[in-house]
Amino acid sequence: MTDTTQNGPMGGTPPEEKASGPMLAADGRPLKRSLNRALRRQKLRALALIAPLLIFVLVTFIAPIADMLFRSVENDIVSNTLPSTTAELKSWDHTTGQPPSEAVFEDFYFDMFAASEAKQHTRLGTRLNYEDTGVSSMFRSSGRKLDDLGKDYLKALKKIDKRWDDGAFVYSLMQGQGTPDTAVVDHSRTAIHKLTGAETAGDLGFAPSEAVAKLLPDMTRAYTDFAVYTGLVDGKDVAKEDPWESVYVGLVLDLQKADVSGYDGPGADLLKTTKADLGQIPVESLKDFFAKMDKKWIDPDIWATIQTYSPKYTSGYFLNAIDLQLTPDGIKQRDEDQQIYIMLFKRTLFMSLVITFSCIVLGYPVAWLLANLPAAKANLLMILVLLPFWTSLLVRTSAWKIMLQQQGVINDVLVWLGMVDDGHRLVMINNQFGTIVAMTHILLPFMILPLYSVMQGIPPSYLRAAKSLGATNWTAFWRVYFPQSVPGIGAGSILVFILAIGYYITPEIVGGTTGTFISNRIAYHISSSLNWGLGAALGAILLVIVLLLYWAYDRIVGIDNVKLG
Amino acid sequence: MAVTIAKPTSATFAAGCAAGFGAFFGLFIGTASGSGPLGVIAGAVLMFVLSFLAVQTMRGQEKTAKWAFLVLFTVAGALFSGIPGAVLGLLFGYFFGHVTFWLASGRYRTALPPYLTPGQVLWHYAFRTIVGAILVFLITPILVVIPLSFNAENFFTFTPAMLHFDPAGYSLKHYRDFFTSSDWQGALWNSVRIAPVATILAVGFGTLAAIGLSQPHVPFRQWIMAILISPMIVPLIISAAGMYFFYSRIGLQGTYWGVVLAHAALGIPFVIITVTATLVGFDRSLVRAAANMGANPVTTFFKVQMPLILPGVISGALFAFITSFDEVVVVLFVGSAGQKTLPWQMFTGLREQISPTILAVATILVAISILLLTTVELLRRRSEKLRGMSPS
Repeated sequence: MTDTTQNGPMGGTPPEEKASGPMLAADGRPLKRSLNRALRRQKLRALALIAPLLIFVLVTFIAPIADMLFRSVENDIVSNTLPSTTAELKSWDHTTGQPPSEAVFEDFYFDMFAASEAKQHTRLGTRLNYEDTGVSSMFRSSGRKLDDLGKDYLKALKKIDKRWDDGAFVYSLMQGQGTPDTAVVDHSRTAIHKLTGAETAGDLGFAPSEAVAKLLPDMTRAYTDFAVYTGLVDGKDVAKEDPWESVYVGLVLDLQKADVSGYDGPGADLLKTTKADLGQIPVESLKDFFAKMDKKWIDPDIWATIQTYSPKYTSGYFLNAIDLQLTPDGIKQRDEDQQIYIMLFKRTLFMSLVITFSCIVLGYPVAWLLANLPAAKANLLMILVLLPFWTSLLVRTSAWKIMLQQQGVINDVLVWLGMVDDGHRLVMINNQFGTIVAMTHILLPFMILPLYSVMQGIPPSYLRAAKSLGATNWTAFWRVYFPQSVPGIGAGSILVFILAIGYYITPEIVGGTTGTFISNRIAYHISSSLNWGLGAALGAILLVIVLLLYWAYDRIVGIDNVKLG
Repeated sequence: MAVTIAKPTSATFAAGCAAGFGAFFGLFIGTASGSGPLGVIAGAVLMFVLSFLAVQTMRGQEKTAKWAFLVLFTVAGALFSGIPGAVLGLLFGYFFGHVTFWLASGRYRTALPPYLTPGQVLWHYAFRTIVGAILVFLITPILVVIPLSFNAENFFTFTPAMLHFDPAGYSLKHYRDFFTSSDWQGALWNSVRIAPVATILAVGFGTLAAIGLSQPHVPFRQWIMAILISPMIVPLIISAAGMYFFYSRIGLQGTYWGVVLAHAALGIPFVIITVTATLVGFDRSLVRAAANMGANPVTTFFKVQMPLILPGVISGALFAFITSFDEVVVVLFVGSAGQKTLPWQMFTGLREQISPTILAVATILVAISILLLTTVELLRRRSEKLRGMSPS
């Protein structure tokens, strides 16, 4: 009989209703539905109690992990910094061995100019440098020289007419007459927003007229970028500022193609005279301009790299994390001298295995003794195991640093005992040995505790029975006791291994260069080299390994059975 | 258990064993003063003769003989190398006096089953020695740090003055440094400001959820449990990296609340585990009984359920507290200079300019952990008593 009373206000079934049909509860509803409702209410109550914590953990912990996973494939910096270039570059075929067309260089010039005004071009240079060494310095030095071309043009333009140097005049020329072209402004707003991350939605007060935008597309683009950046990011009055030099480069480019004879907006006369005197301006193709700054700009390889990393998402970081590289010609091995991550993963796994194994060797006898001593004595010894477990990790790590170093306690004792010559003190720190010793010590309690709880459940009479049946000590242990303690070894090993492969602090302090783990590399990429994508990809791989082990642990031991202390 | 009756053994047996120990210690004394092999032989011969004589002549007067050993060794040690020698001699004298008569009287077999062969008896004691050595390995780092923190010099090893028990070799200088340095005090203050708030958050949410999880019908229990326990399983560096990215996006990176939230998340699994463990033995009919007598759910919770699970909640809180108090990886990434905690300061100290003040801080932290460990142990026993389990 089910205990219906525990589910709330439901009595037994009234006697007059047992004739036929479904069994009813006290309030006249079918008992089945009533029970279901109570069960549902119970479930909801349980969930309501859990919900606050679940939301808390999802926001403060799971969301950050998801963010990290997202960062390991995210790659919008290239298309955000060079939006038009990447669009134009799509149709270029890198296998021809020729640099891209002049149109790509024109787009690249305007993109780079806006980026260097916003000081974002060096970030992109750093990003591309991960894939192609030397790009960073190209971007940095070229960014400084972008003005030169515009300055030369402006000098020549000033000779034709002084008004070209007047910011307010250029503003009115760009503003033009008739319908404003808001599409150009919106395009620019999005581009600058993506470039700088700044809010660009406010009121700008400037929009080029459709006629100007059609007549002078490059100049309009450069000027609108300038206007959006100056007006909305810098918060200055656009009309009063001198335009970017790129505006004049755009003007010269446009005048070569445009037919200004039919135009009658503000400054039409000036456009006409300038068009007529275009021969006075020392026009230079942008391809030549970039080639003059750095020969590598006309090297197709650099463009192939930009093309390869144009998409918003890339597998590049993950490939880097396993010593491969995404090149324009497909996935390739990295150069021998740059292959470090596979080696680091292998070292992390190998050292974690060594640590796990030493923990088994040292932990097994202790757990055995604890499980076979009388309770009072076992509790006393247990304190010796629990005390290091409760002691701060940094205290234990610093203790090992002090003990293991060349002028440390262990070396001093050995020298005093005459076992080691003073001139040849043992090197026990800043190498794998130091990391293994310190981490074995730190993780040993995590091995002893699960082993102990499993061994407590093995009846000591089994061993005696085996011996009375003629088994030797060794046979009795190996064939009877040991197999029963294997679950404890399994639980302890997985726990120690999971904790070991993610360790950061101890290898950082006692590991030197040869005793560091993959975690140290992740930390390095996040805080020093700032290659966040690669750090995130390495983290994602490590996370997958740990989660697989966690799953195995859950299967073997069950998360509910984790015991503390 | 004591079925074995102690049978006195021959003097040669006791003296032989003592000679073995003598050879072992002789090796160290020998290497320390020049020649290992000579030390082994001298130690063995000396101990054999001494033990043999002692057992032959003074078998009836154990106490006197032990005192004789003690005095003899202490005086010899003092003559050999002053106060450190005397201390060493005292230890040796106690050890040899004890071992000789323990073996000679046959008491070493009393705790063991009578059918064991001599080899098995030897293995029994060898095994205990091995375990003892491992336990010493576990505890040594802590034992080394505490005396070194009273060092008068800025060294990380025992100075000759310390080994001679010269009061001038000891001082409280590193403790003074800790209590007067603004860096350390700032770090301590930050730790004290962060850990309790993180603990309160973790315990508040965690206890409620643990009660929810212990209800009989919880949908997706496995999945929820896996998510809630995950902060303990995911390597800290990954949590730290993720939190660094995500908290920068939402403007929490480098703020006090960012660190508190991160630490609360890390402490939650410990609260969940300890509280659910307490709830396993909780008798649910008590809640029904309370409801039956007219208590509403809130009253039932505070008057009936809470007092019973309180030990588990407090141990969970202590775990969460120590997690936050000791945590360094996440705070390194999520915090900024304004949230520099004690472990962070220690970490920079260890990586850059290693100063002996760290030893004083380490000793203080060891004292705190001993305090917490004692509290948790007492609570565990109390909880088991409350739930009617026998204290183990």
